[in-house]
Amino acid sequence: MLEYHSIQSLVDAAQEKGCTISELVLADQSVQTETPKDELFRKMQDNLHVMQEAVQAGVDKDLKSTSGLTGGDAYKMQQYAQGGGLCGSFFTQALTRAIAVSEYNAAMGKIVAAPTAGSCGILPGTILSLMEDRDMPEETAVMALFTAGAFGMVIADRASIAGAQGGCQAECGSAAAMAAAAMVEMSGGTPEMCAHACAIAIKNQLGLVCDPIAGLVEVPCIKRNAGGVACAFAAAEMALAGIKSVIPVDEVIDAMREVGDSMPCALKETAQGGLATTPTGIRLKEEIFGA
Amino acid sequence: MQVFDIIGPVMIGPSSSHTAGACRLGRVTRKILGDRPVKARIGLCGSFAQTYRGHGTDKAIIAGILDMHTYDARLRHALELAGEEGLTYEFYQTSIPGAHPNTAILELTGEKGGTCRVVGASIGGGNIIVTNINGLEVQFTGQYNTLIVLHQDTPGVIAAVTNTMAYSGANIGNFRLSRPQKGGEAVMTIEVDGDVSDKMISWLRELPHITGVVLVRAI
Repeated sequence: MLEYHSIQSLVDAAQEKGCTISELVLADQSVQTETPKDELFRKMQDNLHVMQEAVQAGVDKDLKSTSGLTGGDAYKMQQYAQGGGLCGSFFTQALTRAIAVSEYNAAMGKIVAAPTAGSCGILPGTILSLMEDRDMPEETAVMALFTAGAFGMVIADRASIAGAQGGCQAECGSAAAMAAAAMVEMSGGTPEMCAHACAIAIKNQLGLVCDPIAGLVEVPCIKRNAGGVACAFAAAEMALAGIKSVIPVDEVIDAMREVGDSMPCALKETAQGGLATTPTGIRLKEEIFGA
Repeated sequence: MQVFDIIGPVMIGPSSSHTAGACRLGRVTRKILGDRPVKARIGLCGSFAQTYRGHGTDKAIIAGILDMHTYDARLRHALELAGEEGLTYEFYQTSIPGAHPNTAILELTGEKGGTCRVVGASIGGGNIIVTNINGLEVQFTGQYNTLIVLHQDTPGVIAAVTNTMAYSGANIGNFRLSRPQKGGEAVMTIEVDGDVSDKMISWLRELPHITGVVLVRAI
């Protein structure tokens, strides 16, 4: 059975067996939870479908969050994406998906926490984009979620996936790293390349603070989901090109933990610093909750 | 840790701790009441008290009390549905020194007149920890199928319960006993691996000195 303490050990195990990380993890989880593989696959497939439904619902023009602070930006992005945008419509559609799911979350819609609700747009923005716009089979996308989950388990074990504990690097940073690794596997990269993609994505978001306005999962969380998608693509592209992370992935995760531990409390989901305490941040909080 | 702890849960947003965890606290409390609730009094502490409106924490707790899951789309209309289902509720702000910032105190009254009081916290990622039931200290997370066995503190009761479980093939992952006073009301909190059969629960209920058995299913 796997222990999910280190990504290198997952890579080694996959290489030894000559399989992908997702195949390794699915087999292991089947043993650990005493559940047949096809049942676990179907459960993950259900999660993928919830992500697709959230994208559909989230691009609604009239969507509004409970606080009234956000909503409708995914629609704007979708309209803009039709014209292509600077990076082409594949990328702008990916951003649309990430914003749609995050906005739907803020509007009390049904989403898959991946790894958290605050970072729930990043995996849909990446994995669904490869599946739907690059015509990859659904099975490939479902398996990619197992890979993403495996990387997330190690990050949760060695560092954290909670903004309150590690800042936004632990939420959107982890999600981007999970997505980067998953996309590399979907694109035919080796387990080792997946590990480099994960490392590069975390390195590029190291130190990101969690400073939500009024403590709500809206500003800046929604846009940081779009940012996480961009980061995941950059990391996956580098890894697929054969670029390696100079610092090994497990050491990068340990660094993320150390950075999170030394981050002041005010910047860890308490809404007592950063964007939350800007004059506008304070004014918005007063408007929502009263002075 | 399991892969679905990371890719999951499927939930109604916006916050796993303030919405999904809050819903599960409500649902656990309803399970413990074991009746259709008609009255709820809910104290919110710390971060729960400060941000509950924007996060829909109030809707989520009421949804849980109405027996909804964290992924039930009706969650966002829970306050209106409470009226239709004959549930009156009241929220108040409070504080418990040293408690987790997302702690709630839930008091329910059932239609048959029974009551229960549960204290629990939402500790992140939709996970919860229940710390007190009817003044008795407990500790369970709801990550595993959990049996709450209320009983009179009498010699042999624990053996009878664990023997029955052994006979049913249930493996105990964690066991905790809370007994404020010798011979008084006591509670066993038993986390179980795998599924728990209805038959085993009915056998447990028939044992002497057992006053209540509640199964809180894992997510």
